[in-house]
Amino acid sequence: MNTMTKRTLLTVTALFLLAVLAGCRGEEPAAPTTPAQPAAQPAAAVDPATAATIVGKVSFADGKPARPPIRMEADAACKAMHTTPQLSEEVVLNDNGTLRWATVYVKDGLAGKTFPPSSQMIHLDQKGCIYQPHVVGVVANQEIHIANSDQTTHNIHPVPKINREWNESQPPGAGALVKVFAREEMAIPVKCNIHPWMRSYVHVFSHPFFSVTGAEGTFEIKGLPPGDYTLAVWHEKYGTVEQKVTVAAKETKTVDFSVGPKAGGDD
Amino acid sequence: MAANTSPWLHRYAVLTAAATFCLLIAGALVTSHDAGLAVPDWPLSYGQLMPPMVGNIFWEHGHRMVATFVGLLTIGLAVWLARREPRRWVRRLGWAALGAVVLQGVLGGLTVLFLLPRPVSIAHASIAQLFFCFTVTLALVTGSGWLEERPRRAQSSSPSLRRLAALATAAVYVQLILGAAFRHQATGIIPHLLGAAVVTLMVFWAWRRVRREHADEPALRRPTNFAVGLLLVQLLLGGGAYWARVATASAPQPQLVMVALTVAHVAVGALVLASCLALTLQAYRRLAPAEPQPSLVSEEATS
Repeated sequence: MNTMTKRTLLTVTALFLLAVLAGCRGEEPAAPTTPAQPAAQPAAAVDPATAATIVGKVSFADGKPARPPIRMEADAACKAMHTTPQLSEEVVLNDNGTLRWATVYVKDGLAGKTFPPSSQMIHLDQKGCIYQPHVVGVVANQEIHIANSDQTTHNIHPVPKINREWNESQPPGAGALVKVFAREEMAIPVKCNIHPWMRSYVHVFSHPFFSVTGAEGTFEIKGLPPGDYTLAVWHEKYGTVEQKVTVAAKETKTVDFSVGPKAGGDD
Repeated sequence: MAANTSPWLHRYAVLTAAATFCLLIAGALVTSHDAGLAVPDWPLSYGQLMPPMVGNIFWEHGHRMVATFVGLLTIGLAVWLARREPRRWVRRLGWAALGAVVLQGVLGGLTVLFLLPRPVSIAHASIAQLFFCFTVTLALVTGSGWLEERPRRAQSSSPSLRRLAALATAAVYVQLILGAAFRHQATGIIPHLLGAAVVTLMVFWAWRRVRREHADEPALRRPTNFAVGLLLVQLLLGGGAYWARVATASAPQPQLVMVALTVAHVAVGALVLASCLALTLQAYRRLAPAEPQPSLVSEEATS
């Protein structure tokens, strides 16, 4: 083998090794923003005499986002449940220019405080082959009751990065699944492997100070101890936007957010 | 050694290779539709042999049905070769193919039971292509064209066409693994793009060698022409599949254009691998080993 050929083969081999090594470094997707929480202290109940409230709305920053239609032909039972095509819930603009399914939460400022676990049950339903609601917030170890109101089998598959992953089928008429997520984690995607358009998100917090916007785009966070906080809003497409907030005892403070492609976010 | 393989055995081997190609497509459809966990149990599907084929269950269980068919074909091929094939290495290859398809079944089960761990999913995709290579080889070496005895052609160029073709085949196989790694989100696109450059270089190098020195040998000309033609199509499909993936990233479900282009890219990639493999096998069958290059060191100087 002549020198030129040896050099060529060595170059080719080096390129391939480079390709494989580049792959080995990997491109792990960035971990979702998770509120930083220090080690737990003994529980201290919030004094209702001083508890504050933060209210506000989440507006959409720019224009009118498209909502692509969902095709349900793959399951006749799903298609039969709707007379008009269902639309994607990734970006839902309310009539008043606000965003639905944005999650506002206290990201920083609760250091040293712990809160009793919530006994309230959170419901997630599969109805019309759509997860309802699209976004839920829970406190760690708070029970989520997952129901199937459809006449077709669903397969619930959350894909967390920190909590335990599971994948269970739920035929029509089956009892509710009762699940908990033990660790704090933002934006756990929940999908149905049978119906690929079905998606919801579960946020798991270590505290109860969060709120998901509805049809009016508003949020309310009650029972907050007075102090300095970082308030954040998360949206599945536009990422996270933060604001610093200071609330005094028994104050009701209004904080508005603007979210969209120009307002930007962490992601 | 001249073997006298039954033409029906050859046809059966071709059928097995063709069915394996269809199985590769079925597997690609599962991944593209994100249907890998649509059936959460294994080896049964929702506790049944035949579940309702709705939604993504159609793709996942359909894939299992095709895999079962290919498994049965492979059992038959291995047994038939064991009973009728005079060449020991071919008989062993039949059993190796059977071992590979059994391993594939186990890997498929593990991907479901352990919720699609990336290394297992990538191994499942990679072994699938290796198994396809086994079936293509068995189809080729049981054919009358392969069995025909002819004087071997000399080759003097360096590196030898045997080596070039083998390296091209290996490059394509590594590229398929890199593609699987990208599909299963273990890597970005860059390694797969670098691999495409290497594959293009190697395939064109082999094609140029065949055109220059062996254009009159159809056993070498045909697979190399196929490899180059398919490679050009593959490069276009790769660009299209990536564009479709980016363009439909916000869609609520996998879109037909993305699925079609991606599955076609997987399928043509397998055909490029098969073409390079056929060229390699034929190069070893039809060409004499490369002549040793004269030493630069004079024999008188060492005596």
